[in-house]
Amino acid sequence: MSVELALVVPRMPHPLLCPDASPGYRALADAYAEARARIAALKPDLLVLYSSAWPCVVGHQIQADPFPEWVHVDQDFHALGSIPYKLRMDPTYSEAWAAAGRARGLHTRTVAYRGFPIDTGTVTALKLLDPGSEIPASVVSCNMYADRAETVVLGKAAADAISAQGKRAVAVAVTNISHRLHPAPVPPLEDRFASLKDDEWTRKLLEIFGEGRLEDVSQLARTFTHEAHADSKLKAIWWLAACSGPHNRYQGEVLAYAPVQGAGCAVVALTPDSSGAANLEFDEDDVDVFHGDRNVLDPGPEGGHVEPPRQAPTHSSVAAAPAAKPAPVQAPRVRTGRVDVAAHKAPKPVGAYPHARRVGDLLFLSGVGPRQAGTDAIPGGPVRDSDGHTLDYDIEAQTRAVIDNVRRILEASGSSLDRVLDVTTFLVDMDRDFKGYNKVYAELLGGIGPTRTTLAIRALPTPIGIELKVVAAAGDADMAALTGAARAG
Amino acid sequence: MAASPPAGSGRILAGALAPHPPHLVYAENPPQNEPRAECGWENLRWGYERLRRNLDKLDIDVIIVHSPHWKTQQGHHVLGVPAFKSLSVDPIFPNLFRFHYDMKCDVELAEAIAQEGAGAGLAMQVMRNPDFRVDYGTITSCQLARPAWDLPIVAISSSRVYFDYNNDVGDRQMVALGRATRRAVERTGRRALLLASNSLSHRHFTVEPEIPEDMSQERIYHHGQYLWDMHVIDLMKQGRTRQLMAEMPDFIEHATSECKDGSLSWLLGALEFPDYPAEVHAYGTVIGTGNAVVEWQPPEHAVKGAVQ
Repeated sequence: MSVELALVVPRMPHPLLCPDASPGYRALADAYAEARARIAALKPDLLVLYSSAWPCVVGHQIQADPFPEWVHVDQDFHALGSIPYKLRMDPTYSEAWAAAGRARGLHTRTVAYRGFPIDTGTVTALKLLDPGSEIPASVVSCNMYADRAETVVLGKAAADAISAQGKRAVAVAVTNISHRLHPAPVPPLEDRFASLKDDEWTRKLLEIFGEGRLEDVSQLARTFTHEAHADSKLKAIWWLAACSGPHNRYQGEVLAYAPVQGAGCAVVALTPDSSGAANLEFDEDDVDVFHGDRNVLDPGPEGGHVEPPRQAPTHSSVAAAPAAKPAPVQAPRVRTGRVDVAAHKAPKPVGAYPHARRVGDLLFLSGVGPRQAGTDAIPGGPVRDSDGHTLDYDIEAQTRAVIDNVRRILEASGSSLDRVLDVTTFLVDMDRDFKGYNKVYAELLGGIGPTRTTLAIRALPTPIGIELKVVAAAGDADMAALTGAARAG
Repeated sequence: MAASPPAGSGRILAGALAPHPPHLVYAENPPQNEPRAECGWENLRWGYERLRRNLDKLDIDVIIVHSPHWKTQQGHHVLGVPAFKSLSVDPIFPNLFRFHYDMKCDVELAEAIAQEGAGAGLAMQVMRNPDFRVDYGTITSCQLARPAWDLPIVAISSSRVYFDYNNDVGDRQMVALGRATRRAVERTGRRALLLASNSLSHRHFTVEPEIPEDMSQERIYHHGQYLWDMHVIDLMKQGRTRQLMAEMPDFIEHATSECKDGSLSWLLGALEFPDYPAEVHAYGTVIGTGNAVVEWQPPEHAVKGAVQ
């Protein structure tokens, strides 16, 4: 059960309210009609939407009114007319999505209030994609502070709920691509892109969309935002990729691209396709659990609290605030004897053993796999399904996740990745996986230079392809003395 | 409304920074609002009480409010329908604000503001769709400043010009719009109260206490915001609003200020940058943002005893 079609549609009301006012508006309306036909052919049981036109500041809100009804008027384009609507939502799914978000560390809640002002983008998209409101929908807001990690986790939570409820879903990102409007209304027949560079950058994104490379577009969102006037940082695309599957294996089609009062509006259809382009690279974290919006340096439950950054006026009448000091990390400080370490940010052990044990100046880690803390998801996918059938998995993604888990355990123990001394690697398929594993290992641990042994084994306790056994120096150990002793030995 | 007053005799009787956190309406429990609260945000609410006492001494016949929550990307819009009656639900805090409003608008003045603004080179539109829902910022500021709803309103939208260009361009437009507003008031003979419906620093917490009015959870988002707010308020109290305008672009960026929506710059432009002291009725935080209730009464028009 999954997302069977992913769509990008614009938030502007013109394809609904005045489709024949310009050839561009007509092209967008026709593309909406094509998307509507594909949805009808799929017969999904859920439309799941993210709308950049529904702003929020408190976490994320998910619409759960079963039949929201009103006469909507756009704040800007009120002269185009009113939009009466009666929509159909899936409150059970919305609740499940909100719960899945909370399980992944998000602040998510549902809203179901008579007269709630459903935004222009959502109303336009649902009226054009499902005019009879035959398919239940669920729509989430766009948090103005959320960055990629939070938005990606929100998309994964949507996917969790789709999977848990066995839904066949169509995911819809309601967003313009570029969002620079003309400062005053222009006659529709004279409509054009407000910015040539926005148009050029948008065409580049659409070219990649056309190749079905959804995750690549998602990872280009920051670049696009720096270079062009993006609609809400293209958060909707982050969400869409995470919800539909963060990879590039889609058949992509750009059904229309046109200016609407200067903004770059496109209708894009992405159909999952195993023969599409593979995962070529990942420059961004594949985040599974949201740990807060301002805690990059926060060591988590094991450590202290880091204050948000201060920006004070420099005017002489105002005393400058002293710089915030993060509280020291609290970690095992015992130099002798044995101390067991449980790292809250690492996946739970699958047996009765600690993540790590300190003896003297050394830390001995139990075998570490790629599973994600909190969810047990396996980056790169499992090596076999529940029936034991072999699956196609990404050993590079698994290796990267393993080393990240090693780092988390070491940091929870008061040490760090650059203090690793010795590594033993277990691979379940040496022929298939050694090359990919070796590449990522060289990237992340090659410069640190621990000794290494790589073994092929028949299986591991969970459906993973790789496990690492690590010995490292403790955080307060004298590294020079340790390595000097090792050389002397 | 009644027959228009003589042209040319109009003036701005007072201007106020009148922030619009819906929490304040929620905490007051007016009959129009569906949710019920126990209490909360008394600093600000009592500040509004003091503002109302001063305003009640003035012979105001129209309220003009500039609201950050009527966001328009194509120019500056004014409400141009004689009356509105509907339900306003805050899309951000629907748990706090579901307000049944019934208000009248001064369309003649709204059209005059649009004409003056267009004459100053601004893109102006008059909103004439009767199905339009009035934004919660406009409603909140009006409710807190004049809960009787016995005066007509002119609501002005918040153009996205700061976001599409930069803070300097935004401020220039808002000052021009403020001056256009003042000319329209004078030309139409109105005695106007102007409300700038924005917070000062505006970084929110992104989580909300289970009980929204739990004041043990209420504080500024970070100390830098607070220092900036105090500095800006200090300039207002000293009558140094030209310096405030000079520092406005930095304030907006460093304190994530809601002045980026233009309301305060519009007000100061309309008042032609007061060099007389503002009366600060209150300062307080709402879900991490910094808010002040501040009043300016041009001295030559002040009612005796109203200015302390």
